[in-house]
Amino acid sequence: MLETQAVEKLRAAPAVLTVEHLTKVFEGRTKAVDDISFTLREGEILGLLGPNGAGKSTTIKMLTTVLKPTSGKAEIGGYDILKHPTEVRRIVGVVPQEYTADEDMTGRGNIVLCADLYGISRSVSVPRAAELLKLVELEASGDRKVSTYSGGMRRRLELACGLINRPRLLFLDEPTLGLDVQTRAAVWEYIKTLKNEYGMTLLMTTHYLEEAGALCDTIAIIDRGKIVKIGSPDELKESLGGDIIEIAVKEDADVEGIISNVPLVKSVKKLEGYYRIKAELGEEATPAVIEALRSKGYHVTRISLTKPSMDEVYLEYTGRTLRDAEADSEEVRKQRFTMMRARR
Amino acid sequence: MEKMSRDEITNAPEKGLTRSQVGGAPGGAAAGTVHVEETDKLNKSVLHGLWALTWREIRKAYQTPILVFMTVIQPIIWLGLFGKAFNLGSVFTGGSFNIPGLNIPKQVLDQLSSQMLQSTFGTSDYFSFLAVGMLTFVLVFTCMFSGMSIVWDRRFGFLEKLLGTPVSRGAIVMGKVLSSVVKSFIQAAIVLVIAVLLGMSVTDLSVVGILGTFAALFLLALGLSSLFVMLALRSTDWQQQMAIMNLLNLPLLFASNALFPTKLMPSWLQDVAKVNPISYGVDVGRQLLLGSPGFSTLAFDFTYLAGFAVLFSAVGIVLSWRLLSK
Repeated sequence: MLETQAVEKLRAAPAVLTVEHLTKVFEGRTKAVDDISFTLREGEILGLLGPNGAGKSTTIKMLTTVLKPTSGKAEIGGYDILKHPTEVRRIVGVVPQEYTADEDMTGRGNIVLCADLYGISRSVSVPRAAELLKLVELEASGDRKVSTYSGGMRRRLELACGLINRPRLLFLDEPTLGLDVQTRAAVWEYIKTLKNEYGMTLLMTTHYLEEAGALCDTIAIIDRGKIVKIGSPDELKESLGGDIIEIAVKEDADVEGIISNVPLVKSVKKLEGYYRIKAELGEEATPAVIEALRSKGYHVTRISLTKPSMDEVYLEYTGRTLRDAEADSEEVRKQRFTMMRARR
Repeated sequence: MEKMSRDEITNAPEKGLTRSQVGGAPGGAAAGTVHVEETDKLNKSVLHGLWALTWREIRKAYQTPILVFMTVIQPIIWLGLFGKAFNLGSVFTGGSFNIPGLNIPKQVLDQLSSQMLQSTFGTSDYFSFLAVGMLTFVLVFTCMFSGMSIVWDRRFGFLEKLLGTPVSRGAIVMGKVLSSVVKSFIQAAIVLVIAVLLGMSVTDLSVVGILGTFAALFLLALGLSSLFVMLALRSTDWQQQMAIMNLLNLPLLFASNALFPTKLMPSWLQDVAKVNPISYGVDVGRQLLLGSPGFSTLAFDFTYLAGFAVLFSAVGIVLSWRLLSK
């Protein structure tokens, strides 16, 4: 299968980021990030997926050297985040959750300012700012003040700023928070472009399941500061115990035995008027089940095949209880502020 | 959608690969292994980022017409109202007082009052005395906002973005400090021009005097903005910051010789005024612009101010390393 090949190729790529036992404890509070370890390889998109307050942003802040970890270590491109923070900052790009652009400056001015902060000379940064504005489709409004931008435009500008130093690893913190559907689709397109055309390595956080499923090669479900499950979207779905086939037969007889003898079937449950089957490789198991029933003279009247969605995976690992996480008031305010401006 | 040329952006990962193959260990980076950024003709000097941040602040301050207007109008109001209202000269002159039965001639009274003013303020009119004090007055108020702007940057997330870039932490703080030094210079220059227009004594005005005064103001502004930025480093709440500033700035001004000569103050206040760096900035100005006798020698004034500036900006930079990241 093509997909498996791609996954294998990715798994063989050199690591860009290695995280070992990273932990952050805020004074007098529970562990925001609790002993997490993972590896991110070149060209890979890793999604940190989790409910609010799960520790996603804290992880990104530590990896981008804005926050100091309490313990554990991480290396980006061979540089330790604690011992060589400046080198780390040079090779990563960050697109934070908040809108951080200077409102009183133009979009272009903001990008060039970012370049200055990386020490990129104007002869390089000015043409590159133009390229990036084109990439995020802001060339027409690049010379307008950011205060006149809509939420979607601001988000795109942030993305452009994050790319100014041609990072080896780009961090995206909730890249589509509070955006309308069109802008969200556009941001997804940019992310796909970065991956497919430029082979960029990305680490993104999100609490949108479909987003993680659509964009990420690897998803780490993070909850209460811990990685509860990590793997490719398919692996995560498979970990739930396979696909679900629901089948009904015309005859009144109990066919549970027949179905459970089909090789790919893992379990069968007789429910009111139909059978619920858990099976590996649903596409292959379904015809096999029909075939088995037919050969015994039964008639299948209704059949459906459901592949587990990311929603189910997510709920399986993080539970259904609502989270009233102890929130940092500043975080909440910032988020509200971001949402408010995004909707403008 | 137009794309960037492909090899341009993939550049970085390839280079990075080379490095990790060659050296791997980060220690090797200094020893000339291939650097990701070298293709970008990087200017790693601290000054590059410092200049970018300073210029950002200055440009922001002067690109809005209303702010420019405020910049100019504020000193006019201060000087015009405050300076002219405290018309101490007229308390004594022009027959405003006399002793019944003695009928002292007006000439004598005028002479008396002029000498009184001279001995009290070191100049024959209070307006000139106050005008020099006003130079530091606008300085303090302008520097005060350097702290505010760091609180704003934190609130808007801009500070966090800065912290994610390789720009030196010290440059983040010094960018604020230097831009407010420049802004307060502009303010002080406006005050001086307006003061002269409104009748400040110009008999002792000289180019050297003005340059010397601004050198002293530079040192004072450097120290004061460092102080205000320092106080704001950890603050996330602008109201709290406002309260701190208001608590500080007026006492700083009143407990100095900016508005009133120290020698007439109660002795405990004199002691405070003597450690207050503002007094030394004002003292330089009065000696150089008005030719008044100083309360300390020029050499000591400058030494004190230089010490203040170096100490506070150094502490500001050190604190920025420690306090900016949590």
